[in-house]
Amino acid sequence: MSTIIDVSHVSKTFGGVVANKNISLTVEKGAITGLIGPNGSGKTTLFNSIVGYHPIDAGSIKYEGREISAMLVPEIARLGLLRTFQQTRIYGAMNCVENMLISMPHRKMRFLDAFRRNSRQDRERAEHLLEFVGLYEKRLLRSGSLSFGQQKLLEFAMALMNEPTVLLLDEPTAGINPTLINGLIDRLIKANTEFGITLLIIEHNMRVIMNMAETIYCLAHGELLAAGTAEEIQNNQSVIDAYLGAH
Amino acid sequence: MDQIISNIGLLLEFPIVNLKIIIDGVMIGALFALAAYGLALVWGVMNVKNLAQGDFVIAGGYISWWLAHQGLHPLLGVPVSFVIMWGIGWVCYKLVISRVIERDLFTSLLATFGLAIMMAQIMNLLFGSDTQSLKLDYETLYFADGLIDVPIAKLIGVIMAAALAAAVIIFMKSSRMGQAIRATAQDARAARVLGIDTEKVYAFTFSLNSAICGAAGAIIVMVWVIQPFYGITYSIRAFVIVTAAGLGNLPGVIAAGLGIGAAEQYGSHIFGIGYQQAIAVVLLLVVLVYRLAQQRRVRQVLK
Amino acid sequence: MTMAQKKWLFYALIIAFTLFAPFIFPAFRTQLATLWLMIIVAVTWDMTGGQMGYNSLGNIFFYGTGMYVAAVVTIGLVYDVGEYTGAAGGGKYAFTDAQYFTGLVLGTIAAGVFCALSALVLGYVLFGLRGPYFAIGTLGVAIAAGELVSNWDWVGGGQGIALPVFPGDFDSAKLFIYYLFAGTGVVLFIFVKWLYATRFGAAINAIRDDEEKAEAMGLHTLMYKLMTWAMSAFFVGVAGAISAFQLIHFEPLETAYQTINLGIFMVVCVLLGGKGTLWGPVIGAILFHIFKEVTWNYFLGWQWVALGALIVITVVYFQDGLMGWLQHRKPEWFGMRVEKRDRLAQEASE
Repeated sequence: MSTIIDVSHVSKTFGGVVANKNISLTVEKGAITGLIGPNGSGKTTLFNSIVGYHPIDAGSIKYEGREISAMLVPEIARLGLLRTFQQTRIYGAMNCVENMLISMPHRKMRFLDAFRRNSRQDRERAEHLLEFVGLYEKRLLRSGSLSFGQQKLLEFAMALMNEPTVLLLDEPTAGINPTLINGLIDRLIKANTEFGITLLIIEHNMRVIMNMAETIYCLAHGELLAAGTAEEIQNNQSVIDAYLGAH
Repeated sequence: MDQIISNIGLLLEFPIVNLKIIIDGVMIGALFALAAYGLALVWGVMNVKNLAQGDFVIAGGYISWWLAHQGLHPLLGVPVSFVIMWGIGWVCYKLVISRVIERDLFTSLLATFGLAIMMAQIMNLLFGSDTQSLKLDYETLYFADGLIDVPIAKLIGVIMAAALAAAVIIFMKSSRMGQAIRATAQDARAARVLGIDTEKVYAFTFSLNSAICGAAGAIIVMVWVIQPFYGITYSIRAFVIVTAAGLGNLPGVIAAGLGIGAAEQYGSHIFGIGYQQAIAVVLLLVVLVYRLAQQRRVRQVLK
Repeated sequence: MTMAQKKWLFYALIIAFTLFAPFIFPAFRTQLATLWLMIIVAVTWDMTGGQMGYNSLGNIFFYGTGMYVAAVVTIGLVYDVGEYTGAAGGGKYAFTDAQYFTGLVLGTIAAGVFCALSALVLGYVLFGLRGPYFAIGTLGVAIAAGELVSNWDWVGGGQGIALPVFPGDFDSAKLFIYYLFAGTGVVLFIFVKWLYATRFGAAINAIRDDEEKAEAMGLHTLMYKLMTWAMSAFFVGVAGAISAFQLIHFEPLETAYQTINLGIFMVVCVLLGGKGTLWGPVIGAILFHIFKEVTWNYFLGWQWVALGALIVITVVYFQDGLMGWLQHRKPEWFGMRVEKRDRLAQEASE
């Protein structure tokens, strides 16, 4: 396996607050990588640095060997690096199918393709993916009227529709009904194995991440605390102190 | 083109002319800064971008001009315009602004643009479309062998502008209403929870802004000229200044105001007086582009 | 009759009315031409303002620029523009019929193309601005252009510029201009109806509803914004060119770059009819035009104040427009489905 995202020695401060300090981590192509840490440990800041929401103070971020730390959000997204939002962002005034069709991978289109209507295949693919996340029945409803959990699933389906190379998920299970979480884990794993999408997941729920990720990075107070397999992290004393102990 | 080059040559040949231009620019810029301060106040407190700002200025000018023709001394026109424009601002607030505060920004922009058109047209009907000004029979001071002339009337205007600005700043710092305004600007909901009547604060702020503009207009009619349709350029100037300085940055507003006054004087000296309005607007574009480039460096856009 | 048949009948009626209107109301030919102009500028404004969420206050820039490009091309094909404007219609500048029509065709096309290109250039800078900054920035462009052109002697400066007169009698000139406007309007309507149904249409809607999300999904947001504005500018430029031939003589501040007249009217038309809908701008333009003509006749001098008041009232009280109001009342007419409990909750809350 080769490295697809290479974050090295990244620091970021907001005013006087150090959000990330000298963080290095790598995401392997085709793998599921987890990013954990207590609240305020700098996970989302690191995420935002990777996808281009703000400049970083020091260090470098490489995607497929290419420096992306000075690029803008849409430029990075067009490389195939996609993110979902902690507070879901969907097009509330449109129905689910329309949301899916907007998520077509525009970066793979030729210029004139944008001036076509969506084909029947596109529509079928959209419906198929909605079925995959369990929203087929709701496909013609205005997406703003869905519950929070359903909106989250829709956003996940939209991300899949976009055929990303790497998908960065910001707390995919937060706010989802606990009975649905197992189903979501299955789908995330399927997205990885069947669609071949590399995943980087921020997760609060330890059980979820331990069942999925091959490699886990743990942040605390803006610094990298530990890295390793699920088992290693579970047995790492400093992680237990900083994170699990805090529960 | 030759004209432009010879104008620049003149500036290089007689450096003292530069001083004259800067003095003129700073004097007029002080009035721009006043209108811009009012805009920043309204923008910061109630998030309304008032495109009628310049028309308040012009209206204040016409009030003073009309009263002077009824026999009132032009200098007294300044406080009277302040009071009358306070009332007009309050009416505008109650009728229009109070209904667009909670709405999206384009709504307030358009509503105030509509207001601006109405005010300009009303003034056009009432006072005609000729340019007007008030002549004060004070002497003119001459410096540097008569190359620099400073009419005392202009000097008085600048001093009045500075006094008004100082009064407003002290009021904002020390009075209870000033504190309530500043609290509302920071967080309207929190202010409401703490028992501040934000509706009252909004009405007061908007009226105050209108009054400041009115006084500025009454000064402008003494040192410059007004015309019913000049309002939009003053609005644009106010926007330029606030955009360049940022909200809640009082020294920045003053500096940008004086700077834009000077830049405009330079521009009209070099390109000709006909370009005065154009220069004000082109400065807006320059400032916007500069701010964009600044934002681009932090991977953001200008929102 | 099936739904599809009804639709075709409806469109056929509109086309028939468009064709015969100047003969049914011969006294109103100029009014009808102006109505089409209002429809064109309203529909094009809605392309960016309603469908893409970028509220421009400076689309009048393209109208004025279209007028000037058409004039300069028409004159420049035959004479030296600087000498022509310098003489201010000294009488020795005659145009043959062939020269008139060549100028008209080439000038109108050039106006559209030039405006589209300038939208690309301006947009490259201005589309970094969001919300009110975009509105003020575009307004600045329009005002600056008017002021600069009025100081530009080559195109006649503040005096403006005069075009050759239509070779034919007065009535046929009116008819000719009417059909030019109407034809452009019909083409524009068909064009946007097609455009909004494509992926491109969906993409600009996505930009309007949540640009950050659209960016995060890798849409070519800047390119789509530029394309939309350029297409919109093309039609405004063409409309400006036709206006130039209609008015024959025009000047920069009050006619070409009329920021506070047509420049703001187009926005009000769209708001009256309903932003972001296909028919809203058309209906709004008709309503506004009628209101404007009525106030012109009955308000004697105060018509401008009345129009300002109409703008304020529309913005403050009726911003969703006619179509928006209908959409809220009868969502099923617009093919929208809402879960039943939501519908009930919505009704209960009203």
